[in-house]
Formats: sequence, structure tokens, C-alpha cells
Amino acid sequence: MRQEERDARNPAYTHIEEPDEPTAGHPTQRVWDMLGWTKKHLFSSIPNTIATLVCLYLLWLIIPPFLDWAFLSAIWSSDTPDACKVDGAGACWAFVEQKHRFILFGLYPFDEQWRPMTAVVLFIAALAASCYPPFWSKWLIPLWAVVLTVCGVLMYGGVFGMTYVDNTQWGGVPLTLILSVTGIGLAFPLAVLLALGRRSNLPAIKTICVTFIELIRGVPLISVLFMASIMFPLFMPEGVTVDKLLRAIVGIMLFTSAYLAEAIRGGLQSLPRGQYEAADSLGLSYWQKTRLIVLPQALRIVIPPLVNQFISTFKDTSLVIIIGLFDLLTSAKTALADPEWRQFYAESYIFAAILYFSFAFFMSRYSQFLERRLNAGTRR
Amino acid sequence: MADHSSARGAPAAKGSAPPRKTSFLNDQRVRGVLYQILTIGAVVAVGWYLVHNTLTNLAARDIATGFGFLDREAGFDISESVIEYSPADTYGRVLLAGLLNTLKVSIIGIVLATLIGTIIGIARLSNNWLVAKLSSVYVEAMRNVPLLLQLFFWYAIIGVALPHPREALEPVEGWFLSNRGFRFPYPVWETGWTLAVIGLVLAAVITWWLNKRAARIQGETGRRPNVLIPGIALFIGLPVILWALGGAPTAIDVPEMAGFNFRGGASVSPEFAALLLGLTLYTAAFIAEIVRGGILSVHYGQTEAAVALGLKRGLVMRLVLLPQALRVIIPPLTSQYLNLTKNSSLAIAIGYPDLVATANTSINQTGQAVEGVAIIMATYLTVSLSISAFMNWYNSYIALRGGRS
Repeated sequence: MRQEERDARNPAYTHIEEPDEPTAGHPTQRVWDMLGWTKKHLFSSIPNTIATLVCLYLLWLIIPPFLDWAFLSAIWSSDTPDACKVDGAGACWAFVEQKHRFILFGLYPFDEQWRPMTAVVLFIAALAASCYPPFWSKWLIPLWAVVLTVCGVLMYGGVFGMTYVDNTQWGGVPLTLILSVTGIGLAFPLAVLLALGRRSNLPAIKTICVTFIELIRGVPLISVLFMASIMFPLFMPEGVTVDKLLRAIVGIMLFTSAYLAEAIRGGLQSLPRGQYEAADSLGLSYWQKTRLIVLPQALRIVIPPLVNQFISTFKDTSLVIIIGLFDLLTSAKTALADPEWRQFYAESYIFAAILYFSFAFFMSRYSQFLERRLNAGTRR
Repeated sequence: MADHSSARGAPAAKGSAPPRKTSFLNDQRVRGVLYQILTIGAVVAVGWYLVHNTLTNLAARDIATGFGFLDREAGFDISESVIEYSPADTYGRVLLAGLLNTLKVSIIGIVLATLIGTIIGIARLSNNWLVAKLSSVYVEAMRNVPLLLQLFFWYAIIGVALPHPREALEPVEGWFLSNRGFRFPYPVWETGWTLAVIGLVLAAVITWWLNKRAARIQGETGRRPNVLIPGIALFIGLPVILWALGGAPTAIDVPEMAGFNFRGGASVSPEFAALLLGLTLYTAAFIAEIVRGGILSVHYGQTEAAVALGLKRGLVMRLVLLPQALRVIIPPLTSQYLNLTKNSSLAIAIGYPDLVATANTSINQTGQAVEGVAIIMATYLTVSLSISAFMNWYNSYIALRGGRS
């Protein structure tokens, strides 16, 4: 329910006064409307007025010094940190200017950084295209296959005259995106199987799936990453080594799949029983029923929780700092290791936070949009 | 799947089934059994393969298996501990100290996050535009930035922005804020103080009982006996009387500068403060959304009815909306509590000695990776299951009292 609708219907949230009539036209009238709005939404009662004044006072305490620090007194450009160390200097965005290549791309060879840059741009373009409903078609699958291949080629190199860059040198934004996308992409099919398995009536399969899901959901991601990074080498036969990136991806995949499975199970449970019975009466086999009737409807229902889980996984990839991978957060933190620039931690973390925020905020708004769009047909 | 196989499998089981028309392998029941055997076989095979490799690798690296290392001397120190700990103690004890640190930060965090989250969740529904907008800005900002980044930020603020102990901020006489943490005066602990704490607990229990009794009397006679004044009297009186009985200790340990750091008083370390701040503010944003959703889920007819009865806004919220919203709120709130507890494992990144951090050091020193990770996982599973069990009990408790509409 939208805020306005609720306000209009629910007397606890609005005051029982006459609603402001939408009156058009005359400028004086508009001023009166604005004053009326202010009175109704900010000064309708004594406690309300006190709340407004307290909020205004807090804003007055926070906003002007922050604006002064972040913009007015900020040092936007400088080759050395000395300019930022004078008295009264605000934010040192010169730090970001100096270090942005390192924060964005980590240890990737400096002269080759156009490659991860292109890969990221290409990837974001493909993502944007896939989010636009008129483009939803089967063509997206080959599109993604091509985009991911091109991204992989750009990152690794070794062909078309590009030098080979090992994945131990990858870092920054590309690595964060790789971890999130491959983690989620690989987790998804596993999650569908787990969710189906949990709803199965074959006791052995159900037990295995329930155990896996509850075990993973009961422990923190760090312990799963530890398992992937410390114990994985022990699991492999002698002589076989698995690189660090792949180990992290496996850890994130296992962790995400358990949570996705629970979201998908919600969708499976919310399907009316009649759908299952209708499919049975048509004589469909279990897999036909699942593929043609159950999953298309169930997955549609759970798109919003799935997107929420994607946001979580995206944020959780920052934990790979603990097993020594060089993602966006690690590079933002490592950029501060330079003793000259050490004191500008706020600038570094704010820069990284803005990047994380943009992705996550976009995804959460997109999920709300999808929710409205998908409910459009069924809204009462 | 459930409907399918039982529908076709059941008649065969009764023995009165018509002769089987399909081949043996197409029978649903037989297939079900086969699938299960295959799955179990695959899981056991993979498990055996992994265990076999692990044992071979461990043997090759000369690492003993088993939990015997827990009794050996740990040899490393940790920066803070709830229980007495020194490097001469065993690995078992250092892990216990780590676990207690985890529980300490989780429990305090859960209480604070619930308080802040509830306030912000209600504030988002306020009809004051400014209050509602500010709360939603808070929620969006907190939810969309990784917790670990926030922890680094708070830790950096405490470590870099606060002055050295020599120039520590002293907002109140004897209370010091510096980059070594927060130090404040603390009573020298004697029997009197313990008795005072017992008095507080007793006062809480008796007030709770008085409240129940008042509600019962109100239900029977329509008059509600006053609880507020006896409650306040109990909360002040009982601890003071018991404190006096315990010898009325008055000695207070005030921190003072000694060399490069403080001595005396009680302290909160920068690591603990950063972790608690980060966990609380982050989880509060999620709890706020849950509280808001729960309140919105209560039918607006309930509010109208309450307003029609002449209840004030605050009473509408406290007596009508929140009790009904709680039923919707409790299950997702439980998973937020679990998340907070699990997220406290990020402590390792800023150097707070929690369970994961101490286990990690133990693993590095002994090489007992399998046992170490197993201990971490088993402990978190136990904690998670206990919190779930408690919250499920609480959920059924309030569900019963509320009844179903």
C-alpha cells in the first residue's frame, strides 16, 4: 500500500482534519496550500511541533558542517597530501583523485586497466538492458553468454595481443562484481534443486536438503569462507590446487544457495494446490510438471525476495577481505596504507560506500518496481 | 511430487492393485527408492572422497587429528576477556573467552538494536513529514552499505579522530574518551553492589507480577490499581535497602593518567565500541523495516475502533497496534537477531577477540583447521538454535494470549 493511500485511510497516521483540497491556479492560493501542508505535516500538534523543531536543530548541527567539510572547504585536486593538511581544510577529495585507479581496479597492471574498465562498462550495460522489461526475451541468454565471455577474455587477456593477467592481480570493482555475479549465478540452480528437494516426499532427499540448508543458515558467512579457504586445500587430492578466487566463489555460492533456496521454497508453497493437481491430471511427469507449471509461476512470485538476497550477497562479498582477496573494500582500505595519506580514511570509505550504495540502492528500487509491475495483474 | 507417487503407489501397497501395466522401472515407488539410493550413494561417495583426501593430506603434513589440542597451552594473549585469561591457559579456555566475548557483544547489540529499530520503525510511520523522511534516509543509508565497511569506518573514527590518552576528551569529570577507548569511574565491587543488583532484579519481577495482578483486577472490577508508584518505590527502595544491608560500600575506582595510558576505572575498548556501534546501527535499520511492516499489517479498522473509543495516539500504538503487530514482527525479528549474532563474527576484521578470531589464531598456531572450523560452526549452530527456540517459545506465548481473529 502506498504511503498516501494509507495516510488517507488511516486516522492514526493523519490527523482528523479536513484534507487539503487540491485547489488550482492563483499564486496566493498556492502559498496558502503550502502553508496548509506545512501545518498539517509539520506543526499539527504540540508534540509534533517539538519533533519538527528537534529534527531541524539536529539537521542544523549536522548539515552545514558536513556541507562545509564535503564541498566548500574540500580540496578537490592536489598531487601531495600537504594541501589537505592545512588548518581548516575540509574533505581531501584529492586522495580519491590520486588513488581512484587503485581503489577501482586494485593491483591490476596500471597500463592495462582499460580492460577491466571496459569489462565493467559492458557488464553494467548488459545488466541495465536485462532490467528493462521490453527487452525480456530469450535473446538475453546468448547476450549474457557473449558479454560474460568478452569480460572473461578482457580480464584474463593472453589473446589478441593483450598480456595475460592472472586472477591474483584482479581487484576492486571488477572483482566485487565477479564474486557477486558468479556466486549468485552458480547458487541459483543449486538453490532451485535444494528448494525442490526440501519439498520432496522422498525422505532421504528431503533430509539431505534440510540438513544442508539449516546447517549453512545457522553459521556465519565467515566460517563458510574459512572452510573454503583453509579446508578446501585439505579436501583435494595431493598435487591439486584450487586458486583462491575459485575457493571464495565456491564459499559464497554454497552460502547464498541456502538462503535462495528458502526464498524459492516460499514461492513453491504459495502456489495453489490446484496447479499441482492439474499438472498431474494432464499426465505430466515430475520434471515436466516442475519445469512447465511450477517453476515459472513460483519464481515469478519470489522475484522481490530473490532481489533482496542478491543485494545481501553483493554486500557480503566484502567479507573476502578476511581471506585475502582484493575486492573494492580491500582496495579502499589498502589505499590508506600509504602513510602520507593515512588520515583520509573518511574520504576513502565514503567513496567506496557511495559505489556500494549506488548498486544496492538501484537493486532495491528495481525490486520495488518489479513488485508493483508483477502485482499489477492480481491487485484487487 | 507428493501427490503423484502416493496416488499411484498406495493401491499397490494394499495388495488389491490391478496387474502392473507399466514396466518395473516406470513404477513411481520403485523410482523413488532408486533416486534416494542414488542420492545417498553420491553424497556418501563425495563425503568419503573428501574425508579420505583430508586424512591423507593431514598425515602427509604430520598433523594429528582430534580435539586433544584444546588441553594444550595457548600461549597467545587476547586484548579483552569476560573471564580471567592469561597466555598460560589452554586453547579450550581461550575459545571459551572468545565465545563469551561474542555473546557479550551480541546480547548488548540485540537489546540496543531492538530499541533503536522500534523507535525508527514507528518514526517512519509518523505523520510528521520531517521525522518520517529522516528515518527513511537512515534506513536506506544503513541497509545499502556493507556492514564490514561501516565497521571499518567506525573503527577508523575512534582510532584516528579521537585524541591520544594524554589529551583525552573529558566530557564529565572522570569520564575519558580517547583512541584507546572509553574509560569511566566504576564502583569497587563488594557484596553490597551484588545485593543491589539482586534487588533490581527482584524489583523487576515483583513489578511484573503487580502489573499482571492489576490487569486481572481491571478485568474483574473495571478499576485498575495504581502500579506506577509502588513500581517506582520498589525499583528505588529494594536496591538501596539491600545495598545498605550489604555494608553500604561507597569506594569508587576513578580512572587516572599513569604514564601513557589510564589506570583504574572500567573501560570499553575501541574494538568493542566500533563493533557494537556498527552492529547496532546496521541491524536497527532492518528491524525498523520489520516493525513498520508489522504495524502496517494491522487492519486500519483496528485503529479506527481505538480512536472511536477515545484512546490517544500513544495508547492506540501501545495497546492496540503493537500487540497485534508483534505476531507478524516476531518471526522476521528472530532472524535479525540471528543475523546480528552471526555478523558479530566480523569482529575478526577489526581485532575484537571473538570466537572466530580466537579460533582463527588457534588454527594458525596448531594447524588443526578441520577441528577449528568445526568448533566455530557447531558453536554458532548451537547459539542460533537456542535463539530460535527461545523466540519460537515467545512467539507461541504471545500468539496464545492474543488468540486468532
